[in-house]
Amino acid sequence: MDIDKDLVAASATPLVLSILTEGESYGYAILKRIRELSGGELDWTDGMLYPLLHRLHRLGLVTTEWRTSPEGRRRRYYAITDAGREALAEHRRQWEAVTRTLGGLWGALTLGMEGP
Amino acid sequence: MPDLEADIARWRSHLSSAPALVDRDLDELEGHLRDQIADLMEKGLDREEAFFVAVRRIGRFDELSREYAREHGERMWRQLFGAPDTRESAGLVQAILLGIGAAIATQAARIAANWPAELPDWLALNASFLVAPFLAALFLMRRRAPARVWAVTALPFVALALLVNLYPLAKDTALLVWTHLPVLAWLLLAYPYAGGEVGSHRKRMDFVRFTGEWFVYYVLIALGGGVLIALMMGLLDPTAIDTEQAVAWVLPTGAAGAVLVAAWLVENKQRIIENIAPVLTAVFTPLFAVLTVVAMVAYLARFGVLFERDLIGTFDALLVVVFGLVLYAVSARDPEQGPSLLDRLQLVTVACALALDLLVAVVMALRIGDLGITPNRAAVLGLNLVLLGALAGIAWHLGRFVTGRGGFHPLERWLTGYLPVVAAWAVVVVVAFPPLFGFA
Repeated sequence: MDIDKDLVAASATPLVLSILTEGESYGYAILKRIRELSGGELDWTDGMLYPLLHRLHRLGLVTTEWRTSPEGRRRRYYAITDAGREALAEHRRQWEAVTRTLGGLWGALTLGMEGP
Repeated sequence: MPDLEADIARWRSHLSSAPALVDRDLDELEGHLRDQIADLMEKGLDREEAFFVAVRRIGRFDELSREYAREHGERMWRQLFGAPDTRESAGLVQAILLGIGAAIATQAARIAANWPAELPDWLALNASFLVAPFLAALFLMRRRAPARVWAVTALPFVALALLVNLYPLAKDTALLVWTHLPVLAWLLLAYPYAGGEVGSHRKRMDFVRFTGEWFVYYVLIALGGGVLIALMMGLLDPTAIDTEQAVAWVLPTGAAGAVLVAAWLVENKQRIIENIAPVLTAVFTPLFAVLTVVAMVAYLARFGVLFERDLIGTFDALLVVVFGLVLYAVSARDPEQGPSLLDRLQLVTVACALALDLLVAVVMALRIGDLGITPNRAAVLGLNLVLLGALAGIAWHLGRFVTGRGGFHPLERWLTGYLPVVAAWAVVVVVAFPPLFGFA
């Protein structure tokens, strides 16, 4: 199953912010985590993550720093800020409202279809 | 693994041609690519496969550069003149050299013709051929076009140049060829602009967009040039330098060179999200709507006034401008958006222009009936019919769009499909009219 690209775009910000609440990370690791968690169903074009991270940085939701990793590779690490956590909480409220609504509808529908 | 390093370096240098990506971004993407390759190779892919898959996952060049441009639009402006970063300067040098070439060709012709003391017909007739080849070369070089496309580009220009210079043109036919040839030459440039893919609707629309933006840049450069020349004349007049000679050197050089410089500016600015066309359209659409409504009412009230020759020239100009404005507006518009007030105003403008055009066509036909056919009358009538067709199609598609019975896309397609009709008419006037009217 391929998830619709508008849906992927809409979920990108909360996904990235949520992963950063687990601790600071860098682009490749973030994408790997998303693939892992979604069982590969949420698939992005990798390059698109970076403009998104830069936007979050511009909005002050994440901080960023270039560091050399233990394996000696220079990487740009991103960490969530307090503003980022607030934004994530807001995203979460919205997503929960959406899933609650859909769940209510689809739950009723499934019951109706299955019958007594 | 020397091969992998070379592949990565090539990939990186390809990405670096997108102005929105700076070195930091490339470092970040390269790190990502290396991580990905390492992971894939651990999973058992060989070096080449791993590189290939990793590059594909990172994304296509145009998507990436667009996405970065959306987030970092400001970088485009900074890099327009290659301030800290001179990646685009190769293109600039190319454009400047071609601009110098066009200027030299123009100057050589001017000196041979002894302009401004004299203005022989051949100079006016060949003006297009002095600059157009350089512009075509700029397009073809930037697009790395194959030799076949170069040849197909050159062919009509060579044929036209031969024809125009071998025809024994006299007053009327020379004037017609002189006015229609630049239009034809410009439309022929769509072929090299599209890198040969002139059948593609999207490429044609890009060419229309290019034309609109190029015009704006050219006018801006010309305004600056005008100030320069005025100052130059004022400053040099009291000195021993002959200002008329100075203008004869500066003006054609600047006018020819600016064609290339403006083209380069548009080409490099293409990737910048916001351009000037939507703004100009928004300003002028309502103004032209008012003008055409007033003109239509006023002329319907006094039909006889139309019979004056000069007015018909003005009308043609108005109709050409309305057609150009619609073309410009369509090219600048976001096709995803629904009908707006501007589209309705545009429909009003087009409807009035259509009514006026019908009037002019009728008057012209009557004139020809009364006074007999001349090359001028035939050209004016023909132009009117071409514009009538254009405006009728625009009105039909725009009307369907505004009333919600059709999308915006059909209008776009119809307009780009009509461009060859305009070119064909110009061919008729330039190629067929002179012999038809005995080179009068």
